Amino acid sequence: MLGFMWKYRTLYVISIPGILFFLVFKYVPLLGSVIAFQNYNLFAGFKGSPWVGLEHFERMFRHHDFLRILKNTLLLGTYDILFAFTAPIVLALLLNEVRLALYKKIVQTIIYAPHFLSWVIVSGIFVGMLSPSSGIVNVILGWFGVEPIYFLGEDSFIRTILVGSGLWRDVGWGTIIYLAALTGINPELYEASQIDGAGRWKQTLSITIPALLPVITVLFLLKIGDFMDYGFERVFVFQNPLNIQNSEILDTYIYKAGLKQLQYSYATAIGLFKSVVGLFLLAIANTLSRKATGESLY
Amino acid sequence: MTGREHWSRKLFLICNYLFLTGLSLSMLLPFLNVIAQSFSGAVAIDRGDVLFWPVDFTLNYYQYVFDDASIWRAFGITVYITVVGTLINLAATSSLAYPLSRTEYVGRKYVLLFVLLTMIFTAPLIPQFILMRELDLVNTLWALMIPTAISAFNLIVLRSFFVQIPPELIDSARIDGCGELRILWSLVLPLSKPALATIGIFYSVTNWNKYMDALYYLNDRKLYPLQVKLRELLINDDLVDTGNLPFDVSSQSVQGVQMAVILVATVPIIMLYPFLQRYFIKGMLIGSIKS
Repeated sequence: MLGFMWKYRTLYVISIPGILFFLVFKYVPLLGSVIAFQNYNLFAGFKGSPWVGLEHFERMFRHHDFLRILKNTLLLGTYDILFAFTAPIVLALLLNEVRLALYKKIVQTIIYAPHFLSWVIVSGIFVGMLSPSSGIVNVILGWFGVEPIYFLGEDSFIRTILVGSGLWRDVGWGTIIYLAALTGINPELYEASQIDGAGRWKQTLSITIPALLPVITVLFLLKIGDFMDYGFERVFVFQNPLNIQNSEILDTYIYKAGLKQLQYSYATAIGLFKSVVGLFLLAIANTLSRKATGESLY
Repeated sequence: MTGREHWSRKLFLICNYLFLTGLSLSMLLPFLNVIAQSFSGAVAIDRGDVLFWPVDFTLNYYQYVFDDASIWRAFGITVYITVVGTLINLAATSSLAYPLSRTEYVGRKYVLLFVLLTMIFTAPLIPQFILMRELDLVNTLWALMIPTAISAFNLIVLRSFFVQIPPELIDSARIDGCGELRILWSLVLPLSKPALATIGIFYSVTNWNKYMDALYYLNDRKLYPLQVKLRELLINDDLVDTGNLPFDVSSQSVQGVQMAVILVATVPIIMLYPFLQRYFIKGMLIGSIKS
């Protein structure tokens, strides 16, 4: 065994930097989460900082804004599942009905493209389009006599804008995996059901959707695992003081409390809370799914 | 098929084509609007006259953008982290993906699990920041390249490709007296060009779009990459009120300049897109199926 390993020692040597990478940049900070239970001080370090138990977690729940921020996070997570998760499935089914190959290719080329834009650029495009003075949306509303609206300056629009910009950027990209699963369906199934007199709608319900179900389940579980991680960038780039009430989520709050106000331990406690809730949701969803469909992540 | 079904099917198809065309337009037209505004006169933009074609054609905003040394600087930094960062990404990812693809590597299952677990358990921001401080990476461009050297997803994509290389090919190279490094360098990597192109493109788009890491780890304005600079130029809706604009507005439309910068930052991605399209679908599929 050792002789065998020695013979291929080069393989082990070249794998060391990569393993060290994951150890240092992924596992060490995971252990570093213990500062959530300390009053961490940069100069005293991990060893010198005093332990304070659950103080930061208690403080987090007492914070007057915390429930609102948590609510924003959960709401965006829910909208994300309701819209951003389901839209690509529907879109893939619609694309699947297109028989003109060239048309399909052109549509796909266009709808995949926004995925490669950074959130900063997406926000720039949206802020431009929604601008009260020169934005195209207000120009068009103006044709119908509607007074200009400062969409980004109001709490009531911000969640719609966040979900909408997310859909705009990623709905096309999300279809790729479903389209691939669709090409894997045996055409004989359709032929057989056609002989039985089933229409296209019936075929979709009885053949296409069941064939997609395993992929849908796995992606759904992954999505649940990310429930609390709506994403820092995509929210932060749309925030301004006028919409912050409804746009502050845990990720953006952690950044502000931790890196701007230097409350290291407090921000870590919130981050840890977020991770634990996420893992918990994933575990529940995974168990339910294994019982219901037999599909699970682990 | 009954006549009625035939009719409803036709109606569905018409609606479907209309919907898909509308959807494609909704992704395309915002771009055209950005392009049109970036070439239009300030007055026309502010009056809301500009839709999808420039009004009072002008190159002022591009003139402004190209004259601004700080934008060039940010552009240069982004090019640097994209080129150097992607080389680091490729080197680091292939040197771990290759051993993990060979049956001679005892314990590859455990190492894979070790990697996959990092996709589920992610550390909070602050411990990551403290680590970066301890390693003296804060306020260096390494902060944008080293901590993201390997993405677990891309590692799995590349490994799946390496696994498909027939072991006989590698054995025969060994019999010919090639060392492992030589096999990797002159046999495996050349055979894997499509996979390397795929993950190389994924990595370069990520590096080009890097914003969050710069926000977290850089305080020195001289090091700001393009996305951070772009964001600064975009948020001056608030700055207009305070008169604290990052550029001179006389005879300029703020929005015009913003749209011009957006285009400057997007053009490289657009130029890359045809290559992207050739590779990304395949790469994305391998990765998703495995994970």
